[in-house]
Amino acid sequence: MRKALLPIVIILVTIAILSRLFYLQIIDDTYIKKSENNALKIVYEYPERGYVYDRNGKLLIANQPSYDIMVIPQEVKNIDTLALCKILEIELEEFNNKLQKARVYSPRLPSVFLPQLNKAEYAAFQEKIRHFNGFYIQKRNLRDYQVSVGANVFGYIRQVNEGNIKQNPYYKSGDLIGIQGIEQEYENILRGVKGVKYIQRDRFNREIGSFKDGFYDTLAVKGEDITLTLDIELQEYGELLMQNKRGGIIAIEPKTGEILSLVTAPSYDPGLLVGRERSKNYTNLYRDSISKPLYNRVLSGEYSPGSPFKILTGLIGMQEGVVNEQTRFLCNHGFYYGRGAFMKCHDSGNIALNQAIASSCNTYFAQTYKRVIEKYKNSREGMDHWSEHLKSFGLGQFLGYDLPEGRKGHIPSSDYYDRWYPNGGWRSTTTISNSIGQGEIIMTPIQLANMMATVANRGYYYTPHIIKNIEHDKIDPRFTTKHVTSIDPRHFAPVIQGLHDVYNFGTGRSVQVEGIDICGKTGTVENFTRINGKRYQLADHSVFVAFAPKDNPQIAIAVFIENGVWGARWAAPITSLMIEKYLRKEITRKDLEKRMFEGSLESEYNKVITLQQMADKKTK
Amino acid sequence: MRAISVQKNLDWISIVLYILLVSAGWLNIYSASLPLEITSIFDLNQIYGRQLMFVIICIPFIILILSIDAKFYEKYAIIFYIIGLLSILGLFFFGKSVKGQTNWYQIAGFGIQPSEFVKTTTALLLAKYLSDIQDSLSSYKEQIIALAIIGIPTISILQHDTGSAMLFASLIFVLYREGLPSWYLWTGFITIVLFTASLIVIPVYILIAIFVCLGIHFYFNKKINRNPFLYIILGVVMSGFVLSVDYVYDEVLEPHQKDRINVLIGEDINLQKEGYNLNQSKIAIGSGGWTGKGFLEGTQTKGGFVPEQHTDYIFTTVGEEWGFVGASVIVILFVALFFRLLYLTENQKTKFNRVYGYCVVCFLFIHFALNTTMLIGLFPTIGVPLPFFSYGGSSLMAFTLLLFIFLKLDANKINEW
Repeated sequence: MRKALLPIVIILVTIAILSRLFYLQIIDDTYIKKSENNALKIVYEYPERGYVYDRNGKLLIANQPSYDIMVIPQEVKNIDTLALCKILEIELEEFNNKLQKARVYSPRLPSVFLPQLNKAEYAAFQEKIRHFNGFYIQKRNLRDYQVSVGANVFGYIRQVNEGNIKQNPYYKSGDLIGIQGIEQEYENILRGVKGVKYIQRDRFNREIGSFKDGFYDTLAVKGEDITLTLDIELQEYGELLMQNKRGGIIAIEPKTGEILSLVTAPSYDPGLLVGRERSKNYTNLYRDSISKPLYNRVLSGEYSPGSPFKILTGLIGMQEGVVNEQTRFLCNHGFYYGRGAFMKCHDSGNIALNQAIASSCNTYFAQTYKRVIEKYKNSREGMDHWSEHLKSFGLGQFLGYDLPEGRKGHIPSSDYYDRWYPNGGWRSTTTISNSIGQGEIIMTPIQLANMMATVANRGYYYTPHIIKNIEHDKIDPRFTTKHVTSIDPRHFAPVIQGLHDVYNFGTGRSVQVEGIDICGKTGTVENFTRINGKRYQLADHSVFVAFAPKDNPQIAIAVFIENGVWGARWAAPITSLMIEKYLRKEITRKDLEKRMFEGSLESEYNKVITLQQMADKKTK
Repeated sequence: MRAISVQKNLDWISIVLYILLVSAGWLNIYSASLPLEITSIFDLNQIYGRQLMFVIICIPFIILILSIDAKFYEKYAIIFYIIGLLSILGLFFFGKSVKGQTNWYQIAGFGIQPSEFVKTTTALLLAKYLSDIQDSLSSYKEQIIALAIIGIPTISILQHDTGSAMLFASLIFVLYREGLPSWYLWTGFITIVLFTASLIVIPVYILIAIFVCLGIHFYFNKKINRNPFLYIILGVVMSGFVLSVDYVYDEVLEPHQKDRINVLIGEDINLQKEGYNLNQSKIAIGSGGWTGKGFLEGTQTKGGFVPEQHTDYIFTTVGEEWGFVGASVIVILFVALFFRLLYLTENQKTKFNRVYGYCVVCFLFIHFALNTTMLIGLFPTIGVPLPFFSYGGSSLMAFTLLLFIFLKLDANKINEW
């Protein structure tokens, strides 16, 4: 026993040491990270962000140098704080706050102390920087916008926040990241890859050479240039037409799905979100809850499509064989679809499909819709067939375009009505509003434009996209994949004839363009607002969809004007001007153009504010 | 003829282990002290150059130790002991102060640390005394003399170097092996447990635990003469000790010693100040992973983040550059040496040899255990070198002396008939 004590103690201690070593070296991996923080200084080299061009090769977005003052809090020692504050024109208190913030992020790693100095400020600071230990200047590239339009398509770049850093370890404090638009969507392509240099440090933070002879160092890779499908002239023209109005224009080249212009109004100058004023300007834009300039109405606005939807009702009717070119319905200013239930129509007579589209006859489409639903043994099955057709147009789902925002819209299915009417009993007449694009149908403007592109193509579409070319890469194959709808191409002829008639003797005849065969459809969407629970009717939204020319279509377009009253008042003229601009490059109807440029709906928008104020007063 | 027999009887396993440890130690010192501009490995301005010189000096030193008659060490043990003591007392007059501790003599540009050698002299005298009494420490007089042999150098070193003084406590294993009653060990063990517990837990809980344990022990103690008063006195003494720990901690311990304890038990510590050493040591070892960063590739070692890395913290270089595998190999080499020496010790024919051998194992082991556990945060920081490994001429020579006297005694055991 006495002999055994020391050996036992030795064995126990050895086991303790080995277990502890195993824990420290193998199980707990925090020390590896700590060791890197300790001994390695990482210096980044930021590549230039890729340039952006329009479809005609015009440069849209370039770069400009910008200088950030960086700080490594731990190394800030014995400096003349007041002198530094004076050079940078900041208060002592602000200085302390910034330093504290940087220290909280990491005492060892660099943080941005003061971002985005211009050249003059940079020059002033550069002279004196050696007096200020712990501070240095990091050059970065900011965006330099060559145009003042397209902000909602471009998005913007800003410094990463903590969420970005946590989500993707590529980003370090002070890095820039694309937000919204193509800057976000093509961030990985545009940003390139930053270069890294590992420098070995000793405990006094002195640099003692490169780590492992630069084995792990990498060179910066320049961001790739991209070409957009946008026609910047058309875009500029569209934004001009939309001034003082709210809404959007979306134009697509039908045979490719390329987005020619994407205007959402109101918008802002992309240059506002560059430089030291960025944050202030952004806050202003963000806080504008009335006109919402950061909100992309074309992608995210969900509206009842209204009359343009009748095109689809007609197509489905023919595909399902319940109507054909010759089918006529009698319309006497409306249609009784149930006992005492009447759908008004401004039309009358014995009407065929092309006429029904040209004159936007409610009766015709309500009848067609009823026949489609009732063709099947129950309304459930009818409804499901109907919504399958709509889904083949990309409705009720994300279209899959390459911009990082948007909504699905809504196409009701039988399940949807089962939920509303749990005991069954819903029928074609219950849902009759769907036939004319009211009811439960919700679409975004880009879906409307895509619908027109599909009609222009007689039955297929390519997913709308904004990317045309990437410098050293191919664009996503999903943009070159044809989507064929469930409607047979031969059914499109009478519908297109009807759309053409809209211009010849229908609701669009006032905005014909000499020599261009336009096919289009007006729409007027009722809309309401709720103020303190009370429903107010507001001026209708004005909608127009079109494509042109009728044969070999070059452009499909949807124009949407909030509170624009009739389709024919604002949306139709703007559509025709856009088409003329794109196909002819110049405008002959200067007076119409002038009227559209100068037309303002501000007074209409102020009504909502007035209503709100009145309601507020009442409650007081 | 004689020289041949010594050579033949030498325990080459121990010698090979010794050579492996010294070589590994030098390689790691080389890595830890490599300057930016590489110079000759014999450059005496460099730490590794000096250590290489010490290693080379050890060769004739070992030959000298082995060629002296084995009887000589036993015969003059008391004289060595006295010389050792005097050398420590001499520090008061001629000592050189380094980092607040006066435990060096400065001779010809080299520092000599006498306390390193006093371990050998103490071991020799203890072996001599225990072999002389030919008894198993049953009388108090013998126990007191034995404890005094250990205690006197301990106390005199305590003035200069707390860490080294603690090492002598390890000789309690030797006394126990030779018959010291077990309550000495229990007292020491319980004292340490109570002290540690008092620092971490509120005293009330410890007091409750003490009385519960004593109660249970009393209940199960089937000896006829169990004395309840003895238990009560024991309880009161232990309680008194627990309650006085705070006082000891506050009044007796020096601030840096308190810091070292706080660092270990995780009191709020500043990683830039008192917590720096342990934190950097753990980072260096912990970042090694399975196989380490490679020889001369340790970022912590190169950056000099670990203080005193070539001396007390040399094992961090092993951990960082050779990883868990390398560190385990070194640990295993040490343990193999301990067990080899224990095996030899238990097979000695004379009590003198046996006691001396046991002392050698105790000293080597306590150095090894305190040094490594301190680096990985299992024990408070105490400045103890890693035998054969850490930089330092005195330390290397003293451990070599300690070990090779035993190997000489061992080789000679045949001739003692």
